[in-house]
Amino acid sequence: MTAQLVEDQQTDSILVSAWKGFRTFVRLLAYNRVGFVGFLVVIFMILLSYAGPLFIELDTKTKIDRIYITPTLEHPLGTDHQGRDIWSQIVNGGKDVIYVAFLAALISTVIAVVFGTLSGFIGGWMDSAIMSVTDIILTIPQFPLLAVLAAFISLNSLTLLGILMGLLNWPTLLRALRAQALSLKQRDFIEAARALDLGVWHIVLRELVPNMMPYIVVSFALGMTFAVYQQAGLVFLGLVPISAGNWSVMIQLAWVRGAIFYKDSVWYIMAPIVAIAILQLAIISMTRSLELVFNPRLRASE
Amino acid sequence: MATAADVSNVSTGRISSPLSILGAIWGSYFFRKFLRALATIFIVTTIIFFLVRLLPGNPIEIYVNQLVVTYGLPVHEAKDQAAALFAIDLEQPVILQYFSYLQNLARGNFGQSVLSPGTTVTEVILRFLPWTLFSVGLGLLISFTIGVLFGVIMAYRRDSYLDHGLTVLSSVISSVPDFLIGLLIVVWLGVQWKILPIAAMRGAYSSGMVPGLNLEFFLDAFFHGALPISTYVLTSVGFWMLSMKSNTISTLGEDYVTIAKARGLKEWRITTAYVGRNAILPLFTILTIRIGFVVGGSLLVEQIFEYGGIGRMLGQAINQRDYTLMQGIFLIITFSVIFANFFADVLYGWLDPRIKLQDN
Repeated sequence: MTAQLVEDQQTDSILVSAWKGFRTFVRLLAYNRVGFVGFLVVIFMILLSYAGPLFIELDTKTKIDRIYITPTLEHPLGTDHQGRDIWSQIVNGGKDVIYVAFLAALISTVIAVVFGTLSGFIGGWMDSAIMSVTDIILTIPQFPLLAVLAAFISLNSLTLLGILMGLLNWPTLLRALRAQALSLKQRDFIEAARALDLGVWHIVLRELVPNMMPYIVVSFALGMTFAVYQQAGLVFLGLVPISAGNWSVMIQLAWVRGAIFYKDSVWYIMAPIVAIAILQLAIISMTRSLELVFNPRLRASE
Repeated sequence: MATAADVSNVSTGRISSPLSILGAIWGSYFFRKFLRALATIFIVTTIIFFLVRLLPGNPIEIYVNQLVVTYGLPVHEAKDQAAALFAIDLEQPVILQYFSYLQNLARGNFGQSVLSPGTTVTEVILRFLPWTLFSVGLGLLISFTIGVLFGVIMAYRRDSYLDHGLTVLSSVISSVPDFLIGLLIVVWLGVQWKILPIAAMRGAYSSGMVPGLNLEFFLDAFFHGALPISTYVLTSVGFWMLSMKSNTISTLGEDYVTIAKARGLKEWRITTAYVGRNAILPLFTILTIRIGFVVGGSLLVEQIFEYGGIGRMLGQAINQRDYTLMQGIFLIITFSVIFANFFADVLYGWLDPRIKLQDN
């Protein structure tokens, strides 16, 4: 598999090599079909959530005569408990979910990478100290802790929510990354770098981290799925102030307004659930392709 | 840790020296796991104490202010009332308050509910915790068993339709949050298709039932627990299946399996005693993570099915900002998870003696 993916290295002009780099990128991305579909769906969801609102405005007008109508041409996903268009809510409701998940995953991945590699690579008392703290935090059930904290600290901004989740979600990722650092440490090229006395930071940043990129990317994606789950859960419990429409808020409103108990309201409750499920599934599938793209051994033409 | 090991090495000459006994205890796998559990309990209780007592705008301050401003109570009386509710003596220095708080916790005194005074938090916990332990425990047990069995089958029948079908199905289901699976069950099986009597399945048992050790009550408990348990099983079985499958595949490549085959052992014996036993071991380390995850999920899942467990009570306490109840339930949930983790660690050390040595 590796041999056929790797392009021959040649000395070309910058433009040509950039084009070749892009072609390798697309080929690696498309190599795993499930992963490629996942990647396309994630891109589609991001475009829909960030560019979509420019074209489709959030429907905020209450129309009492159009409550819970089933899909028509005018309302592709029907209407909600106040007669507002569901499709416009789906288009406008993804932005917050993706932003918070991205922020949380970024913070937890950075913490996990920094301390995971240090712990695995340096070892000794640093490793014992970091792992003791990690194990202890890992034992505390995350979601109840988050819910209790959310009740004490009033989460009035999405950024604050993202930061809080990021600060709690790193232990699982750290353990996985430490295991990778431990196994990479035994490899010959790290031994060689050590023999050359290249210094800890050089080895960690130039040798270890690039080779851990596939795992870091997977951790990041997992971090995003944790965060999507948690924010949907917190909103469902009513712990995050409901400001604008987003998918989690739609589920909560559907639940509170009893939309689950009518025959025609099924579109209202299903739309955000399916949106969240598709996003989660796409992120997880995407990692299969990203693992290949970020594997430095498979990217020869850079 | 290193010093303790040195000490025990030095004193090997005199076997009965107290130092060597101390060293042996310190070096013991179970003792270290036990210490970790204690440390975790200590840290969690401390975090909660600081949140409740010391953070600016903490619930005790708010409660006292409320009593003074709205009911015109003198400050010391308001403080007395808060002290009784939260089981904390507010007149003492903070450090002493902290110790008496720990003492109270050790005695099982979690204070009283803010919103329904007269109800102790311990009463609420004793009433609702067993149902969560029952449903979450059974859910984990069922999904672990099914997952391990199917994982082995999938590994033996690699690339068959069964393998591909189960892989796709389990990755799809595991990517949907557990409480949304619960919501889907309510919406489709309960409301749209009317297959399940979801209204009758609420609570932990039917209202006329008297809890007791009889068949009728057991059946009723299973009837009410069926939906949360199915949700836990559905959402975590795929995880076990995929982990067990990959563990089994890597175990199948081990030399001792090849040798067992060469010795002409029965296929069934190789599968159970050689492959299965070794492949299942790493799952115990994952189990410790999954327990906390499923318990966390129960907070939402119980809300959806209106199951009478501690998770639903915690949700209500958080929603109504009943801080004493919230603090007590959160602590007891965390203690349960810590205890379950300790138990899983002990089980793992017993099943795989190598781990006790390796950890040193």
